[in-house]
Amino acid sequence: MAKSKTVQKNKYTKMDFTSDQAVRWCPGCGDYAILAQTQKLFPDLGMDKENVVFISGIGCSSRFPYYMNTYGFHTIHGRAPAIASGVKIANPELSVWVVTGDGDGLSIGGNHTIHLLRRNLDINVLLFNNRIYGLTKGQYSPTSEIGKVTKSSPLGSLDRPFNPLTLALGADATFVARAIDRETKHLQVMIERSYKHKGTSFLEIYQNCNIFNDGAFAPMTNKESKADKVLWLENGQPMLFGAEKNKGIHMDGNTPTIVELNGKFSTDDIMVHNESDYVVASMLANFTYQPEFPDPIGVLYNIDAPVYDDMVSKQIAKAIDVRGTGSIQDLLNSGDTWEVK
Amino acid sequence: MEKTFKNIENVVIRFAGDSGDGMQLAGGRFSDTTAIVGNDLSTLPDYPAEIRAPAGSLAGVSAFQIHFSSKNIHTPGDKVDVLVAMNPAALKVHRAELEPGGMLICNTASFTKKNLTYAGFDSNPLEDGSLEDYFRVYAIDMSKIVAEVCADMSLTPKTVNRTKNLFALGLLYWIYDRPMETTKNWLEMKFAKRPELIEANVRAMEAGYNYGETTEIFTTRYKVDKADLPAGTYRNIVGNYALTLGLVAAAEKSKLPLFYGSYPITPASDILHHLAALKHHNVKTFQAEDEIAGMTSIIGAAFTGNLAVTASSGPGIALKGEALGLAIIAELPMVIVNVQRGGPSTGLPTKTEQADLLQALYGRNGEAPLPVIAAATPGDCFYAAYEACRIALKYMTPVMLLTDGYLANGSEPWAIPNLDDLEPIDVSFADTSSIVDGQFMPYLRNKETLARPWAIPGTAGLEHRIGGLEKEDVTGNVNYDPENHHHMTLTRQQKVNNVVNDIPPTEIYGKSSGELLILSWGGTMGACRSAAEDLQDDGKSVSHVHLRWLNPLPKDLGEILIRFKNVLIPEINMGQLIKLIRAEYLVDAHGLNIVRGKPIGKGVIIEKINERLGS
Repeated sequence: MAKSKTVQKNKYTKMDFTSDQAVRWCPGCGDYAILAQTQKLFPDLGMDKENVVFISGIGCSSRFPYYMNTYGFHTIHGRAPAIASGVKIANPELSVWVVTGDGDGLSIGGNHTIHLLRRNLDINVLLFNNRIYGLTKGQYSPTSEIGKVTKSSPLGSLDRPFNPLTLALGADATFVARAIDRETKHLQVMIERSYKHKGTSFLEIYQNCNIFNDGAFAPMTNKESKADKVLWLENGQPMLFGAEKNKGIHMDGNTPTIVELNGKFSTDDIMVHNESDYVVASMLANFTYQPEFPDPIGVLYNIDAPVYDDMVSKQIAKAIDVRGTGSIQDLLNSGDTWEVK
Repeated sequence: MEKTFKNIENVVIRFAGDSGDGMQLAGGRFSDTTAIVGNDLSTLPDYPAEIRAPAGSLAGVSAFQIHFSSKNIHTPGDKVDVLVAMNPAALKVHRAELEPGGMLICNTASFTKKNLTYAGFDSNPLEDGSLEDYFRVYAIDMSKIVAEVCADMSLTPKTVNRTKNLFALGLLYWIYDRPMETTKNWLEMKFAKRPELIEANVRAMEAGYNYGETTEIFTTRYKVDKADLPAGTYRNIVGNYALTLGLVAAAEKSKLPLFYGSYPITPASDILHHLAALKHHNVKTFQAEDEIAGMTSIIGAAFTGNLAVTASSGPGIALKGEALGLAIIAELPMVIVNVQRGGPSTGLPTKTEQADLLQALYGRNGEAPLPVIAAATPGDCFYAAYEACRIALKYMTPVMLLTDGYLANGSEPWAIPNLDDLEPIDVSFADTSSIVDGQFMPYLRNKETLARPWAIPGTAGLEHRIGGLEKEDVTGNVNYDPENHHHMTLTRQQKVNNVVNDIPPTEIYGKSSGELLILSWGGTMGACRSAAEDLQDDGKSVSHVHLRWLNPLPKDLGEILIRFKNVLIPEINMGQLIKLIRAEYLVDAHGLNIVRGKPIGKGVIIEKINERLGS
């Protein structure tokens, strides 16, 4: 969406973005929080709601478009990024959002996800990661940890999990971030930053499935542990964590280590976050699944790169500029022709 | 020496050689020249799936057939009058189809011991006398001649040798009395940046022409008069290009931007290539990451208000199946082209077949009907594509357009249509008038067509949600009620059935009743029509009906079928249309089913009919 060009005509409240459909997620599901934050935030983004399109695939998260009073399309399993690409290329003025999950976006639709990221269309991806298959009632997902006991893995899952952040970075995403369903204020900030990024934004949201995988992110959300288990990222700020902000990430040569600020190390020894540094982003992303490190939450990576839908428009404009607007009748008449009388 | 001219009506030439011998190029140039001369023509390229199979191998033989005539013709021809065989493998593969007494032109330079052995010849057939009894053999060292005429040029021997296809072309121009100008102009365009290649190729072509003129080997030249085609401005057109033009014409007439999303696949890729070159016509092409994304991207573009099109071949259509179901339940307009090829699986990627009809009709989960239209000739790909778009937009439905490898790559003279003469395509997007009690109703249908309103993102007040779950009638909300599902299933079917009102009365070629009716669909039209013409000339009670729409079938088909004692359905499959006809009309139709990766010839159809009619 051309954020600078479009002048918002209407003023909205949260209710304007709330559809008349009854929300059908399980009571206590993390999806409620994400929906509420989105509906709260959208009036402030400066968009007319007729220009907003939510596209989803299949899964619990993919019911999301039904609850947003915008244009919405609940499509088929894994294909939302490709459908959204069609929408965005067809009309680059629209603000296009993909809502997907760890199964939808990383398993059945993994191919579309990585290709959307590499092309860098101006589309916002919200990936709800609950590390389980909810809608099919509890099989392990591509982000479930090894050894996960589920209905389809009674002796423990053998699959090595995907790390959505490293996957996105590997696919050359231009904006990679992570939020937590229960950290609502921060979640809003992350959705807003996703929106403001020109290009594909990839926002992984840790989302608790209280039915099939309750507590999957408990270390990052429980009061007693979260200060030690979450590394809140802020661009240009040292990577500090812990209740007293007395722990930090220190580079020992090329190896990140956790140090305490206890006299031997000071804030100067702590690595400073730089959102435009791919190596830093990769290092942070790799803290995931490593029990000794805190999980990075916030914007890991954010760079400017050519935007696909812009380039499509420019290429067409240039072709018209060089060759003139094509006449179809002339096209039909072209080539070697002859008359029959 | 005096050369005599002989007038003839019909000629079939087949250029055959190694994949790298430039046979498609020679055939294509001969076709364009022949079109300009004013003959009717029909062509059939036949190339291997391998880009460069081992040189000299049977698998690497590439061929291009052209049938041209002073009469109206409908097929690329059954038997070959002239075979140009640039190497032993080409001779081996194609000699069986050369008419007895036919002309065989070979490049002796490539009849080396190695190539002969590779092609499975024990001795050189050009020298052992094994061919002379059957064919008029012209063994010419083309490589040597082109080397001589380019001797003063600073080109590598390899480059010079590559012009031998132009030598063969020049010789055929002489034999059939055609001008070289069109080809010279084409060479000048093609090699604009390499003048030395223009020069070498022109020299080779002229050497071929002069070879006919000056040597004593050739005594007779042939004249094929202009065909009596309907008045108009013509161009020679290849099916995939005609299809492309049909799509852009539909975009123009509907005033919609064209969005084309697809994944490369033989033999459909040329549609992507052609459209990608039309950016200045505001065409958006999206080379998707896979077949599924090709299909789903057009669903997104259709939701957003573009004229959305994808094309593939059978394997790709299989991958698109689930998404097609979404397009059907979401009731969005789009066109899905299947350029059919030999199957199953990867099958015969470069060869033609008609075996995806039932896939088009039924290859999806659930009750998922969509209109299916099939092109009949290369030039008809234009009209079929246009009509597919028009119906898709009128009825808010995906439409499947079937062509095949033969139609896609074959060519024929094409009377250029005037855009003004094409049926209008009126599209109106939904506006706030479709709001009932303050709510937009995405499934509030047009009473006549049952099309639903097309409300595109960006339209204030029409924000709504649709999806692949069953929806409540009118509101579009998710709904699991049994009665509603039954009702919606019937409604979706009825909407597709309503397309029958756009199908004109069926034309019967020949008498409207009689002994036998040939019923055809798709690319077999030409062979069936030619067979009917010949049999009618013989006084046989044989008529021909060609089906353009396969779903729905025309209203009047049932009453036509029962007026004939026999119904014969030739198909390049194991009998797919015949299943529909038998099921739909309880008619005891008979099939002629040949699955060789090639168009059915008229000869076998005539044979089959004579056998059926006991004559």
